Amino acid sequence: MDLGEINPVLLVASLMVAATPLLLAAIGELVVEKAGVLNLGVEGMMIIGAISGFAISVETGSPWLGFIAAAIGGAILSLLFVLLTQVALANQVASGLALTLFGLGFSALLGQSYVGVKPPSMGEINIPFISDIPVIGPILFQHDPILYLGIALIAAVWAVLKYTRIGLILRAVGENHDAAHALGYKVIKIRIMAIMFGGACAGLGGAYISLIRVPQWTEGMTAGVGWIALALVVFASWKPWRVLLGAYLFGGITVLQLNLQAAGVAIPVEYLAMSPYIITILVLVILSADKSSAPASLGRIFHASH
Amino acid sequence: MKFKSLLTTATIALGLATGAVAQDKTKVGFVYVGPVGDGGWTYEHNKGRLAVEEHFGDKVETVFVESVPEGPDAERVMTQMALDGADLIFTTSFGYMDPTINVAKKFPDVKFEHATGYKTADNVSVYSARFYEGRAVQGHIAGKMTKSNTIGYIGSYPIPEVIRGINSAYIHAKKVNPDVEFKIVWAYTWFDPAKEADAATVLIEQGADVILQHTDSTAPQAAAQEAGNVITFGQASDMGEYAPMPRVSSIIDNWAPYYIARVQAVADGTWSTANTWDGIGPGMVEIGEISDAVPADVKEEALALKAALADGSYHAFTGPLKKQDGSDWLADGETADDGTLAGMNFYVEGLEGEIPQ
Repeated sequence: MDLGEINPVLLVASLMVAATPLLLAAIGELVVEKAGVLNLGVEGMMIIGAISGFAISVETGSPWLGFIAAAIGGAILSLLFVLLTQVALANQVASGLALTLFGLGFSALLGQSYVGVKPPSMGEINIPFISDIPVIGPILFQHDPILYLGIALIAAVWAVLKYTRIGLILRAVGENHDAAHALGYKVIKIRIMAIMFGGACAGLGGAYISLIRVPQWTEGMTAGVGWIALALVVFASWKPWRVLLGAYLFGGITVLQLNLQAAGVAIPVEYLAMSPYIITILVLVILSADKSSAPASLGRIFHASH
Repeated sequence: MKFKSLLTTATIALGLATGAVAQDKTKVGFVYVGPVGDGGWTYEHNKGRLAVEEHFGDKVETVFVESVPEGPDAERVMTQMALDGADLIFTTSFGYMDPTINVAKKFPDVKFEHATGYKTADNVSVYSARFYEGRAVQGHIAGKMTKSNTIGYIGSYPIPEVIRGINSAYIHAKKVNPDVEFKIVWAYTWFDPAKEADAATVLIEQGADVILQHTDSTAPQAAAQEAGNVITFGQASDMGEYAPMPRVSSIIDNWAPYYIARVQAVADGTWSTANTWDGIGPGMVEIGEISDAVPADVKEEALALKAALADGSYHAFTGPLKKQDGSDWLADGETADDGTLAGMNFYVEGLEGEIPQ
């Protein structure tokens, strides 16, 4: 065993990278659920984002355009969910699952000609002097821009939900859609916007995997991150900063356990392998002892005639 | 829930697609653990399936279901295939072993072929390739080329097939470079590109400049390419899109001849239970082209080693070898028997860490 081989600076830096896809997908889903909609199609929207971001950045040579395309791709797929649940009033659970299945299959089709292609690199932000500060520099100031965008999104969602009128209306729709409707708010319209925001975020998260974390395209490459994001939103009690905490915990322990294994620490590997799930759940469950509960209208179908 | 619906959809689709087919065709089913586009393990099995289709043309019909989780769900997929009239079913992952045996009991007239397992029955054959022969060649190149003397190894699950590979690579790396050290990380997945890439990155951060993988996707190759100055080897498939660097060579699984032969046997009615374990010699294991990143003399030695393994003049596990705990395993000149290899659950002397049990 040689713990000295683990470089804590690199460890923290790579845990932030490992957490970002989860963070992006989860914050999008948080907004969707706050509006009272349960979209289980996160995994499908992520993988569509992963391939559309990958394809566009390879074709144009610009990772930025790729990420924009990923957000649009995820949002377009979420429109299918809108059509099913908000227009046709279909069951949200079934529609979400269908969205995931469709996304996985459709992305495999789209990605046929992109297997083994190397995407253009986004590069890291390098601020003179600041990025060179020992320890703090590599941890905080030497990342790709999307990682900072993820953190900024958390802050923005938190501020909007808490302090703005838009946030208040969104929460009202999620808590009691009949009352919101009676007050004259366009419940369906607001939910559609929330769902598309969620789709765009999930798309970004997927593209982060295919363009930065791995970087390549492989079928099914999101490998369940969307499902973890869904669980994370619940365990984080629908609170943005807890989503950040949960994502960093999960990403962090995932990377840490690999590091411990490589350094030969004498903890049975099975425990290390399951530790990200257990520790994340434990911490968030303890935190949610304050009885914050789900949006009251979560998963319920709204029709103006009710 | 997700897998359930996935499988339901898949099996319904299978049923629809195959219901109307005439009975005189031989129908062959394939169960895959990953997507056919993984660029590795499943990709090669699917190439074998396509070769069967091409070889037999109209006389054979093939069906496949991809990304089938190892466990009870696999049983349902196999059962559905058998109900849909498959004559022969290839189940292509170690974790399908018990499900295959269970389903085979229910369908005595259907032939089953399970890859990399060891349980047979009247209608169940097993087949595998001696990947460890390829690992020996990899170990040789890795030992010669590492500058940090640290080789990272991404394991999937601690099963004999993977442990054999680690031992074989280590023995041959150590032989040419006594200072070499292996760092082993278990990913506990066959296919999860993000996790595989993370594992590769961690190993590189801890000083490895050679990455060997026993997982199915090309993600570790991408991570090594990103890091620069790290070499890798294609696993199961050539992964030639990452040549000449980081991928300097590869182990390629060539299932096509075996699949064609077995389908022929079913069509002729001559199929019988077999336990096939072929290596470089019969061509089931191929060594992908060694790229120019490898010095010419190392390449020559590697090819010589490959030739010796192929013609049987050298066995990858030749004594004197000791087990990790220091006890004797093989005496000088003695070679390992297939029984020990098939159930290998120990590291050889010099490897650090414990095998998860």
